[in-house]
Amino acid sequence: MSALTLEGVTKRFGSLVAVDDVSLTVLKGTFVCLLGPSGCGKTTLLRLIAGLEAPSAGRILLAGAEVTGLPTHKRDFGMVFQSLALFPHLSVRDNIAYPLRIRGAAKAEWESRVGELLDLVHLQDHGERPVSRLSGGQRQRVAIARALAVSPRLFLLDEPLSALDAKLREAMQVELRQLQQKLGITTIVVTHDQREAMTMADLVVVMGDGRIHQAAAPVEIYRKPADAFVADFIGSTNLLDIAASGSSQALFDGVPLPGVILPAGVQRARLSIRPEDVRLTDPANATLTGRVTFLRDLGGTVETFVEAADTTIVAVSTRREQTQVAAGEQIGIRLPAEACVVLTR
Amino acid sequence: MRREPARTFSDLLPLLFPAAVLVVFFVIPFGIMVAVSFFRRQQGGFYTVDFVVANYERFLTPFFGSVLGFSLFLAMAVAVCCVVVALPFTSFLSGCSRRVQVVWLVGILAILSLSEVIIGFAWSTLFSRTAGIGNLLAALGLMEAPKALLPGFGAVLTGMIYQALPFTILLLYPSLMRLDPSLLEAARTLGASPLRGFVSVVVPALRHTIAATLIMVFVFALGSYLLPQILGRPQHWTLSVLITDQAIYQSNMPFAAAMAVFLVLISLALVGLVLLVGGRREAA
Ligand SMILES: Nc1ncnc2c1ncn2[C@@H]1O[C@H](COP(=O)(O)OP(=O)(O)O)[C@@H](O)[C@H]1O
Ligand SMILES: [Mg+2]
Repeated sequence: MSALTLEGVTKRFGSLVAVDDVSLTVLKGTFVCLLGPSGCGKTTLLRLIAGLEAPSAGRILLAGAEVTGLPTHKRDFGMVFQSLALFPHLSVRDNIAYPLRIRGAAKAEWESRVGELLDLVHLQDHGERPVSRLSGGQRQRVAIARALAVSPRLFLLDEPLSALDAKLREAMQVELRQLQQKLGITTIVVTHDQREAMTMADLVVVMGDGRIHQAAAPVEIYRKPADAFVADFIGSTNLLDIAASGSSQALFDGVPLPGVILPAGVQRARLSIRPEDVRLTDPANATLTGRVTFLRDLGGTVETFVEAADTTIVAVSTRREQTQVAAGEQIGIRLPAEACVVLTR
Repeated sequence: MRREPARTFSDLLPLLFPAAVLVVFFVIPFGIMVAVSFFRRQQGGFYTVDFVVANYERFLTPFFGSVLGFSLFLAMAVAVCCVVVALPFTSFLSGCSRRVQVVWLVGILAILSLSEVIIGFAWSTLFSRTAGIGNLLAALGLMEAPKALLPGFGAVLTGMIYQALPFTILLLYPSLMRLDPSLLEAARTLGASPLRGFVSVVVPALRHTIAATLIMVFVFALGSYLLPQILGRPQHWTLSVLITDQAIYQSNMPFAAAMAVFLVLISLALVGLVLLVGGRREAA
């Protein structure tokens, strides 16, 4: 069953289109990551879903019922803000109890629920502390517990881990994912960190310039990017301009690439191939040849920069596979057809 | 953090200037006033150096008790009304774009630059029967016939709120700008209506600022002496009015000084009390 449906949601700030005609369906219990570069409209989209901004056009449906005009406080969503927005005048316990008390829960009721939530986020012994006296990771947990206090219909988080140091961030990613699976709650996390998205998400929604470029499972996003933007944003990739021969065979700089076919009717496209899929060989039995311009030896892996027909192609190989070359030498390249993704957009 | 004790004269230099300002502009004038308050009045003249407590004894009459009580009550009412009006307004303003904020702040500063005399006469015109808002209300059918809205307590209160409101807004503005706007949004996502969120999150998060603002506006309002005279009846005259009256029209400097000293002490005591109560609550 779909938990959340967006239909042509658009948000304009004056002449700036922050969110541009976004349509998306999220199934119940899914962990969604909104991924994209800074300024692409992720926060705005999350705020639209939460009702903190009104869309300029489009509809938002929750479990089939329209909520587009419903005020934020009637939506029963839990949200973790980028600044966390913990209430500075309240203790940890009172912060978590806030949504329960606002809804008029009896004292015994909210106290036991707060106890459960403190257990859930491993803060049993910190209930009485003022929130100003917590570490970054603990504040994070308080914000999560507070947002989950009323078992929200949707759990929204805006770059929740960006303020934490790298190690804690990785640990919290795993913890957040496990928590979400345990509770089975539909969750939408905004992030600009693709590693974070890959770690946590069932569904990665790649955004750029206010639009959704691709919404798919993490592996699919990586293996089958829908367009050059996604291919380039997720991991690193080589993008080659290709053209179609008479029989739809892909040509790069006039050289046929074996096994790579363009869709019927498409004359020009781009080919994306990951650096780790590019094979370096002897120029004699290669598809393409080029000149090595730079070698970056990272110890475990070696990145070889090859210039062929004014395009720099990067190949990553392990030290053992590495053929002995030096900058300035000619080298052959093979592009395995199964690793090539033809991008027509 | 531990501080090095000051060793040389040049270490103390940065302290000297504020200390000198404090002495020249506060300690000396206040000292003179305290001294004068014990001098003996010379009928029809000025005063002679002496030590009498007669000036203070005159307070112990019901008349002065009621004037003092009314002065404190009026200043408190002004402070509370100003904060109640200014807090939501300033909160709203802090969420506006920079351009809107600048326009409003310039307007507010312009009002602050008006003298008490101008404010007093402007409101006395506005509240008059012939040219005032009574005509507007009558035209709208809210009032049967245009009536004068002054003199009266409402007029005094309105004038003083008008005078103190810009000051209140400017006192609250920096703290509200610093307050994380997502606090109120968080309250809304957690189920509080905007009004409820404001009362349960923004107000308590700013309680120290609010307490400090109440005190400052209270002290500011306590000094007002023209508005109660222009807009009020004699029973609305404050201690400041009596001080002016005694000092300027009755030439009774010692009694005016005694009243001023008394007013300062009462204000200080009240401020101290508020801080004490606030501090105790904080510790609990
Ligand atoms: N309240 C607003 N008023 C005007 N422009 C805004 C507002 N909020 C966001 N924007 C603009 O919308 C764009 C998207 O912002 P945002 O959603 O915060 O991006 P992200 O979260 O992906 O970094 C940005 O160009 C930002 O400047
Ligand atoms: Mg953002």
